[in-house]
Amino acid sequence: MKIQKISAALLLGALPLFSATTITVKGSDTMVIMAQRWAEAYMADHTDVVIQVTGGGSGTGISALINGATDICDASRPMKSSERESLKMRFSSLGVEVKSAKDGLSVYFNDANPVEGLTMAQLKDIYTGKIKNWKDVGGADAKIVVYGRENNSGTYVFFRDNVLKGEDYVSSMQSLPGTAAVVNAVAKDPLGIGYGGAAYGKGIKFAKINGIAPSAETVKDGTYPLTRYLYMYLRGRPTGEIKKYIDWILSPAGQAVVTKVGYFPVK
Amino acid sequence: MKLSKTVTGRIVVGFTAFCAFSAVAAVAWIMGTIIWGGHSHISWAFLSQAPTEGMTEGGIFPAIFGTFLLVVIMSLVGVPVGTITAIYLSEYVNRESKLAQIIRFAVNTLSGIPAIVFGLFGLGFFIQFTGKNLDRVFSPDALHWAQPNILWASLTMALLTLPVVIVSVEEAIKTVPRELREASLALGATRWQTIRRVVLPGSLGGILTGAILAVSRGAGEVAPILFTGAAYFLPQLPTHFSDQFMELGYHVFIMTTQSTDVEKTLPIQYATTLVLLALTFTLNFSAIALRARLRRRRMAA
Amino acid sequence: MKKRFRPGEFLIERSIQGVAFISLLFICLIFVFVFREAVPLFTGKADVVTAHEEVGAAETYGEDASAPLPQAQQELEQKHVPFRAAALTAKDWQPVSLEPKYGLWPLLVGSLKVTFIALLLAGPIGIFAALYTSTFAPKWAREGMKPVIEILAGFPSVVVGFFALVVLASILQNLFGFQYRLNAFTGGVAMALAVVPIVYTVSEDALAAVPKALTEASLALGATRWETALFIVLPAATPGIFAAMILGFGRAFGETMIVLMATGNAALLTPSLTDPVRTLSATIGAEMAEVVFGDIHYRVLFFIGALLFIISFSLNAIAEFFVRHRLMKRFKGA
Repeated sequence: MKIQKISAALLLGALPLFSATTITVKGSDTMVIMAQRWAEAYMADHTDVVIQVTGGGSGTGISALINGATDICDASRPMKSSERESLKMRFSSLGVEVKSAKDGLSVYFNDANPVEGLTMAQLKDIYTGKIKNWKDVGGADAKIVVYGRENNSGTYVFFRDNVLKGEDYVSSMQSLPGTAAVVNAVAKDPLGIGYGGAAYGKGIKFAKINGIAPSAETVKDGTYPLTRYLYMYLRGRPTGEIKKYIDWILSPAGQAVVTKVGYFPVK
Repeated sequence: MKLSKTVTGRIVVGFTAFCAFSAVAAVAWIMGTIIWGGHSHISWAFLSQAPTEGMTEGGIFPAIFGTFLLVVIMSLVGVPVGTITAIYLSEYVNRESKLAQIIRFAVNTLSGIPAIVFGLFGLGFFIQFTGKNLDRVFSPDALHWAQPNILWASLTMALLTLPVVIVSVEEAIKTVPRELREASLALGATRWQTIRRVVLPGSLGGILTGAILAVSRGAGEVAPILFTGAAYFLPQLPTHFSDQFMELGYHVFIMTTQSTDVEKTLPIQYATTLVLLALTFTLNFSAIALRARLRRRRMAA
Repeated sequence: MKKRFRPGEFLIERSIQGVAFISLLFICLIFVFVFREAVPLFTGKADVVTAHEEVGAAETYGEDASAPLPQAQQELEQKHVPFRAAALTAKDWQPVSLEPKYGLWPLLVGSLKVTFIALLLAGPIGIFAALYTSTFAPKWAREGMKPVIEILAGFPSVVVGFFALVVLASILQNLFGFQYRLNAFTGGVAMALAVVPIVYTVSEDALAAVPKALTEASLALGATRWETALFIVLPAATPGIFAAMILGFGRAFGETMIVLMATGNAALLTPSLTDPVRTLSATIGAEMAEVVFGDIHYRVLFFIGALLFIISFSLNAIAEFFVRHRLMKRFKGA
């Protein structure tokens, strides 16, 4: 028992002593690359601040925020009410939400697919299993192979709420763990359809939704219907160094980084 | 017409040979494909640099470093525990006794449990139970230990590789001749002295083999660290037990499924896989060679 | 001779004993801690966390009203349905649905499909390869085979998964014209690569344990070598080979990374072996990282882990006690 306590104390002694100017950021893997770029660019100009970025997922980030393990949480989905409640219980605050970037959710077709676009209603019917054949949406007479994201992703939930309007995905949808896997699958499958965040890839094309293709302009002016925010959450209104950092992220300099990694600026 | 016996015999031998060589061919095929796809991308820069440009360029050094750290911490815990268990099983209890059988059954069961269940255990025991209680006692306001980190991942992996060490060491201890032990005991040495001076030196090779095999297994498994410590991307190397880490196998997994540009990063995926394969292959091969040498020496004795 | 009591010796012996019990202890701990997280599902305590009233929205900061989204981005909340254990036997796995469905059938069937295909391939290959090296093979082939199998056993499963995802899947799809590139068959073939070493090693042990006297008697009676191998040695080693298949089954059933990467992960309940499947183990691997700790989904995943534990434990027990025991008896009696 005693030995356990001593060794535990030793372990804890090895903890880093955070100085006052360290900001920790944790959360969404979708955003971790962008968060890292932000941190690097910001630290280059502000040598007195250290920003530590780790991924792990939106859920992980939010629970870290609730538990006090991180200053800022990146999330590709809004906080759930149960999570806000937990935060309120610990810190008597519902959290502060910062919309830090926009993401145009794309629908991918294989290059060889003659179909150019879908309406939101068709998209919904394909993903809920009501439309099963490409000929029903103007394509060849062949079965549609449906790909989607894993159910733990913010993208999955966003698509469910905003495209499927809360209905269930068709059970034959193949769930893949990342946007890259979806792009790759559709690129190799002439009958495939997939969705995901900003991505590049040979062999795929972006579907027009309601006749509008995703682009910087259509996402910015909001005419492209599948646009979502990428969030940062704080426990309280930002002050001090954290406020400066958030303000910088929302400034043109910070938003330039957003464009660079393939997302879209909020302003 | 009835097939003659020799023809049937040829078919039987041929078919079994085909089965054997198809296994060999599969090994050659996989290794060939991965070496072919990855060798040109391997360079000193690739091995010594961190990923850059949103993980579409640069190297894999943090993943190599994380893997190294993982197996070191794992071995520091797992090898001594495994060795001592093996000593206990072969030197202190009767091989046929109930107790020995129970422990042996436990070890066998441990080796049969799916890797992912170890991951769940790591999450449930180390993070949610041990970590939470450590935090409750030492730092009630913040979260340090009740989250994935390299310590919990290494301990989970140590548990997973424990049977490998135990089996290997036990086998080695068995090869120490009984006469040596008896001579030592007859000269008045105690049991522990005999173990320390006679049995352990005689089975050092086996302990080493066990450790190498455990490291190889630990470096290759991904499922147990999925939610006990591996991270997608970290700008800094882990320096504390409470840090998360990047790992080679996990890196292969996320690069093939979650990178931002699969086409562009394909060479990185192949090269990372090749590094991982080369690592486990080298470890396994040295364990095999070591064991063969020990066996030959034993034959000679 | 009188035994002198030595405190040092006693202490060392006790500590060694203590460490040895760690293996035993951790088996129990795995059991306890995997089950501990799953048990509240059945005691009705799992619902506590989700019983919430309306909570206000978070404050916003740095909002820019000049470019609103076309439609307000929707955020739908999951309906609160009290969990009943019967839900686990439903036919749908939709844990992140607005009305979560936790039916385990599609996952179980998925696991069984992949395991079945893997065993169908790895079983004969492993057994006959073992028969070849233990009876027919020339010395060089026999000695060369063991390290190759060990190398195959040493392949990290993520490497096999990578190979299956990037190379094997396309080849099989072109070969057989599958509708789905990633499916149970592709996953099963990849899984066979991981199962062959187990089946081979255990079968080889069993074949080697067949008494030489049996073989020699058969040969002396005029049987050829292949007849002896096929009709004498192989039947005599049946219990061991059975154990090999059981252990292979356990390996395939619990393996995660290969199926996570190569099976397509669609929770389908169909008889077809060429449809995508989602296995029990892959479901844990894919969903656990992001789940809210302590809620029903989290506990159901732990329940799946407990299932995997029980299954591997029972398979191991069968292989251990029943088969090896009988094997011993048969040869000792012979």
